[in-house]
Amino acid sequence: MISLEHVTKRYGDRMAVDDLSIEIDDGDVAVLIGPSGCGKTTTLRMINRLIEPTSGRILIDGTDAATLKPEELRQHIGYAIQSVGLFPHLTVAENIATVPKLLGWKTARIVSRCEELLALVGLDPAQYSRKYPRQLSGGEAQRVGVARALAADPPILLMDEPFGAVDPLNRDRLQGEFLRIQRDLKKTVVFVTHDVDEAIRLADKIALMRDGHLEQYDSPEQLLDHPETKFVHDFVGADAALKRLGRVRVDSVMRTGQATVRADQPDAIEAACASESRFVYLVDADGVLVGWIDSRVLDRGTPAAEAATRVDWRQAAVRPDGSLKEALARMLALGYRSLPVVAAGGRLLGHVTLSDVEKTMEGGDAHLADHTDNEAGSIGGGGE
Amino acid sequence: MEAAATLAHARRRMIATTGIVLAVVIFFAIVANQALVASMLIAVFGTARDPVFPTPLLDLTPQHIAIVIVSSALTIAVGLPLGIWVTRESGRDFRDVVSAGVDFGQVFPPIAVLAVMFSAWGLGPAPAILALFLYGLFPVVSGTVAGLEAVPPEVIDAARGMGMGNWRILFVVELPLAMGVMLAGIRTSVIVNVGTATVAAATGAGGLGLPIFTGISTENIGYVVEGAVTVSVLALLFDGAIAVLAMWLAPESSLD
Ligand SMILES: Nc1ncnc2c1ncn2[C@@H]1O[C@H](COP(=O)(O)OP(=O)(O)O)[C@@H](O)[C@H]1O
Ligand SMILES: [Mg+2]
Repeated sequence: MISLEHVTKRYGDRMAVDDLSIEIDDGDVAVLIGPSGCGKTTTLRMINRLIEPTSGRILIDGTDAATLKPEELRQHIGYAIQSVGLFPHLTVAENIATVPKLLGWKTARIVSRCEELLALVGLDPAQYSRKYPRQLSGGEAQRVGVARALAADPPILLMDEPFGAVDPLNRDRLQGEFLRIQRDLKKTVVFVTHDVDEAIRLADKIALMRDGHLEQYDSPEQLLDHPETKFVHDFVGADAALKRLGRVRVDSVMRTGQATVRADQPDAIEAACASESRFVYLVDADGVLVGWIDSRVLDRGTPAAEAATRVDWRQAAVRPDGSLKEALARMLALGYRSLPVVAAGGRLLGHVTLSDVEKTMEGGDAHLADHTDNEAGSIGGGGE
Repeated sequence: MEAAATLAHARRRMIATTGIVLAVVIFFAIVANQALVASMLIAVFGTARDPVFPTPLLDLTPQHIAIVIVSSALTIAVGLPLGIWVTRESGRDFRDVVSAGVDFGQVFPPIAVLAVMFSAWGLGPAPAILALFLYGLFPVVSGTVAGLEAVPPEVIDAARGMGMGNWRILFVVELPLAMGVMLAGIRTSVIVNVGTATVAAATGAGGLGLPIFTGISTENIGYVVEGAVTVSVLALLFDGAIAVLAMWLAPESSLD
């Protein structure tokens, strides 16, 4: 547990952090959020003593951080920042090995740990270990940064706008992966962001700050439904119902058992026409989504071969660990009333419909997880 | 892909190293062969006046090299730590003073330093070495400062945040990243030093300045050319040697 007790940081007569008290439970993700300059970074950096508080105490599992040697304290707290700060002259593997080396691990242990971590953050160790940071994309560099922060398996992770510099699509995926990793590792995470949607999606508790002081420290649901001040209300915005969708995973409302045919079979189109459901998904031999057929179009006498809509699953599908907010945004952008859901390699898992999203929004915590679409019987190969 | 780049780099490095070793060997073979030197000079200037300086190049060149190496070693031994110190927390306040100081060391004519030192210490290599040392400090210090200040602050922040101590950050992160710019400063300093070291002859320290000064005072162009050409070639050899050294020292990642 991390406890900040009346922590204050003053620069001249400016209060960067003003009498801040919060407690972060083990295994929780606490998100610090607020306008630029409100003291988020200063707060985070006081936890690993990159900044010393002017007054107040920071307790880590009951021990006053000020009594520990700063270097040793930091070696047991993962640290990931927006600018990543990978060492440009060292390979990805050497970067990840930084803290294990400081802790004197044996080489064999370091090597296997690096591979394990690269796999964890979704990078192929064989391909990435020996690359240099300049050969990585922004998203890849950020993944390596997270792997490096996790290297020595620290119980605490400090992250300062770690996904702030990557494009929205990649940020969405990184958030999904963060949640997946956090579900397994259960670190105590302090996460700084200025993005309300990111905070709502990732946080167990949100600390909303303003001018160095705490406005409200609550669960995302509480913050959305019961803002304590006008500032909090204005900051989280009026669209609380929409925001809440950011916390619901796609697979919690995903329908399975959709009609599916193999696109490479000669009678695919005919099989699709024979199907009772309106949309029939087309997959390849590996079950990867390649398109769909809208049977209403067929009814109007379109030649079968032209009725198939070919799509790239990267564009037209969502992931099971994505958020419903993202799914809704995608539906609106593409003009569809339902979207296919695919696994990492594009394999079709199911689909999510606009009406289910709407039900979730109205009904709060509606759980439709085990529903299957009964109108559509599965035909042909592929599917689940 | 990166493996191929590494391989190409290793090949280029081997070729450059072989090249510089060969050049040094050829240089000393010519310098050691006084008869060959004499015949070349006589071929250009004729025999009206003897164009060949009486002291053989094989004596003058090692004197010159010794003066360069001692003064440059001193410059590096003082310049690097000074450059490092003014970029540390403890020395940051002295950064501008030190910059101004080494700047002055360079604009102040070395011959004037020599004159002052000569009146204090008399004949010998010491006045020359001190003058050259001061003269060469500027590129070394400013190269070190520029190299260290170019290290991205977020990289240092990440290093500190992971629990690296100041010394470790300096040696494992900052110096390797600054190496390229630092070596460029050292290279400039040493090359300029090779040429400027000719002033050592003025205080009787010998070196390749001797035929040049004597040639000027006796109006014997042959002497001047003998000294000057040897100095120029020596400067090129030092330049090449440091460039090759840089290929071995600079981190692999700095290649494109
Ligand atoms: N080293 C410093 N010296 C003076 N003021 C600072 C320093 N660091 C931060 N501040 C001030 O403290 C306030 C909080 O900064 P910071 O914690 O970086 O904000 P945030 O991360 O929320 O954007 C800002 O007003 C900033 O200008
Ligand atoms: Mg900040």
